[in-house]
Amino acid sequence: MGRAVNEASARFKLGDRVKVKFEDRPGHLRTPWYIRGKSGWVERVYGEFLNPESLAFGHNGLPKKILYLVAFNQTDVWYDAAKSRDKILVDIYEHWLEPTGGDAP
Amino acid sequence: MARGHHDVGGLPGVGEINQTEHQLSDWEVLADAVNQALGVRGIKRTDELRRAREEMDSAAYHDLSYYERWIVSMEAILIEKKILTKDEIDKKLAQFETKWGEP
Repeated sequence: MGRAVNEASARFKLGDRVKVKFEDRPGHLRTPWYIRGKSGWVERVYGEFLNPESLAFGHNGLPKKILYLVAFNQTDVWYDAAKSRDKILVDIYEHWLEPTGGDAP
Repeated sequence: MARGHHDVGGLPGVGEINQTEHQLSDWEVLADAVNQALGVRGIKRTDELRRAREEMDSAAYHDLSYYERWIVSMEAILIEKKILTKDEIDKKLAQFETKWGEP
């Protein structure tokens, strides 16, 4: 299970604007395709967990990766959600995220 | 870059998720039991089975039911880890078919 993260080890904090990297590679990737390349903000810092991309190949999952709950506006994710004010929330590991600057809405 | 056959969230035309419940067959309960036994023994991790399901032939993936995919992924990982060979699994299957009749 994940553990509480000290502030120094997490790259992002609550409210930070982030963009999901648009990457692909062989293996088990837990970042769904529909959210790659999209921008949102950090809603929650869960803690650090063994890296599933490493575990998927029978390795030890180290180093652990910090997992975030990332929020996106539905309108930024789906082409047909133009009037929606809903958010979509996705669990994303830190190595999939890059900073974009600006404040969360 | 290619989107995996398992990763269909938001794809146009893919339809809604079928959420209807069904009574599990004995073999489906057994598939779950084998999965748990392999986990308890430290032989496989869930992420490995997920990779195996995501790597399998796409036509087969679409043809198979949920627990059939589990079984295929367990077989793939056991062979990959050299715990069983395809030949050993096939021979055992043939024995069961003789004993119980082909399903």
